[in-house]
Amino acid sequence: MRFDLPDTPPGAEALRAELRAFLAEAGRAWTPEIRARSWMGFDRDFSREVGARGWIGMTWPKAYGGHERSGLERVVVLEEMLAAGAPVGAHWIGDRQSGPLILRLGTEEQRRRILPGIARGELAFCIGLSEPDAGSDLANLRTKAERVPGGWKLNGRKIWTTFAHKSDYMIALVRTSPAPEGGSRHAGLSQFLVDLRLSGISIRPIRDLAGADSFNEVTFDDVMLKEDDLVGAEGAGWAQATSELAFERSGPDRYLSSYPALSLGLDALAANPVPGAEVTVGRMVARLSALRGMSLSVGGMLERGEDPAVEAALVKDVGNVFEQALPEHLRGLLDPEDSPAELRALLAALTQLTPTFSLRGGTREILRGIIARDLGLR
Amino acid sequence: MNELRGILVEQVERLVADAGGVAPLREVEAGGFPQALWDGLSEQGLALALVPEEAGGVGLSWGDAAALWQVLGQHGAPVPMAETMLGAALLSAAGVEVPDGVLALGEKGAPFGRHATNAVKLDGARLTLHAVEGATPGANIGREPRDDLTLAPRSAAGILPNSHGPRALRLGLALIRAAQIAGAMERILALAVDWANTRKQFGRPIGKFQAVQQQLAAMAGEVAAVQVAVSNAARAVDARGLAEAAFEIGCAKVVAGEAATFGAATAHQVFAAIGITEDHELHHFTRRLWAWREEGGTDRAWAAEIGKLALARGGANLWPDLTARDA
Repeated sequence: MRFDLPDTPPGAEALRAELRAFLAEAGRAWTPEIRARSWMGFDRDFSREVGARGWIGMTWPKAYGGHERSGLERVVVLEEMLAAGAPVGAHWIGDRQSGPLILRLGTEEQRRRILPGIARGELAFCIGLSEPDAGSDLANLRTKAERVPGGWKLNGRKIWTTFAHKSDYMIALVRTSPAPEGGSRHAGLSQFLVDLRLSGISIRPIRDLAGADSFNEVTFDDVMLKEDDLVGAEGAGWAQATSELAFERSGPDRYLSSYPALSLGLDALAANPVPGAEVTVGRMVARLSALRGMSLSVGGMLERGEDPAVEAALVKDVGNVFEQALPEHLRGLLDPEDSPAELRALLAALTQLTPTFSLRGGTREILRGIIARDLGLR
Repeated sequence: MNELRGILVEQVERLVADAGGVAPLREVEAGGFPQALWDGLSEQGLALALVPEEAGGVGLSWGDAAALWQVLGQHGAPVPMAETMLGAALLSAAGVEVPDGVLALGEKGAPFGRHATNAVKLDGARLTLHAVEGATPGANIGREPRDDLTLAPRSAAGILPNSHGPRALRLGLALIRAAQIAGAMERILALAVDWANTRKQFGRPIGKFQAVQQQLAAMAGEVAAVQVAVSNAARAVDARGLAEAAFEIGCAKVVAGEAATFGAATAHQVFAAIGITEDHELHHFTRRLWAWREEGGTDRAWAAEIGKLALARGGANLWPDLTARDA
């Protein structure tokens, strides 16, 4: 593993100032619950505003609605959005992984059809990976697409699909040919661009423990896909899907999920001093600084076209531990009755969300397995 | 990593590795001094590495120096080269000619003080150089010499520039120890991985058990966190000097201290009984990790300083302050 801190991109300061002004204005409307959900919050109007300012698809070619800016400038935008607790869920997945996947491996027709809509903040994506019998053991998935005249016929079921009920498209990983006898189960998988309005698709929201309907079960019953809905190469789905994960796992969304609580917590502690609180606060700030450095380093590697799969797993693992511990640290310092209502509400919402941090995007156990393999233990 | 840094790291790596594994550490702990290793490193001009070229030094960056300190830390830092590099850098910055030989930092509990010919003291921004006349031996739990010195009246003095300031010795030492911790953590992780692949229980290497894999993976995360925090701190010193890098150095020492605590405990858990024996090499590194987390300010002390500042600045400033420090 190797972490090298990148230089700050030129113009970062001005970009941050622009973002902060925009977010201060937009943020007036956000309740603590919205801030707590951040990238698990879905607000199409907000995403359209973000798109109109050129902050989605920032690195993509202008020909596809992008803005041809650097990956590190994009990181500036992500950091500011998350530090503010902005409800970015409606464009987050498209910007973070579905768009880049289509840009890299999609057909020209797919790029022209899809990318400008994502960049405008109009097209929302979800990721079809998990299935009832395929979670951490993803290669065990059973949903399949069969070749039929003119395209593919899709049957099966995805589950835990975040925002399927609100999204326009799913990128689904499915089986297109049986795993070879005695061979790798990773063979024979392919990725498809699935328009969620197609007939044969039923989407059943699953309420989470906080009472929100953020994730779903999606059933495919003889759904007809066109030839051109295949993304990338037939049978290369496993490699394609796992290479996306470096983008998914290394970003600031893996350590900033609880940040708005730290910001509010500092003010509550300043108003109601607690002896020794500065030590706990300092430890959190030091971790935050180190994690930011780790995440930016991976951002630099991605920018240089390197493959930081292991580094990204490290960022997510260390980051998840931090963002899960943060609300508990604050809880250890502040009694609810001493806390302002806004912080109380934020912590209440976060407390119910934190278990997901080390589940979404690969469980802690899977990430540590990836790291262990890199260490030479498997 | 730049080219020069790569070459230097390789040279130092070779010299320290050739010194015979943990033999120099055992020698130090028995009260000796690995003279050949010191001479070898000195011949590379390492002592003057942080002194600018125009002042007769090598003109390395603090980033380069921190990379070398990590290499020394990987080998348990058997000679006080990092301390001497810091002392020389500060003397040179204060306009004082750098003497040959080991430089001790301070007067009380000075690292390797009994082996030093001269000591550097800082009073306010006034830096003074003293010949070492005598030493009352002491040691930390790494059994590294930490001696109380009897110093001659100052032989030279100078004023440190504001960029380094009155806390330069503590800041520099904190960065050194954080970097050494990063190196020693890398070492004990490698040792533990090797052991996990060798030691068999229940008919297979213990590293095949997920419970062991998960612990070592978590340790790798801590190694990465310290390394990044140290790079960030060294870069801040290059950009702004020691005084204005106090935040980044403090963050590095906090993360290093936490990582050392976790890493030493995890390595011992993986090694089980063999790891706590005198004969095994592990303890040379874990005892140093426990000692180094205390020196140059504990993680608790640095966290308190960082936390106080954050509380005084308020929640709305935390994120802008953090990003404003980007180099």
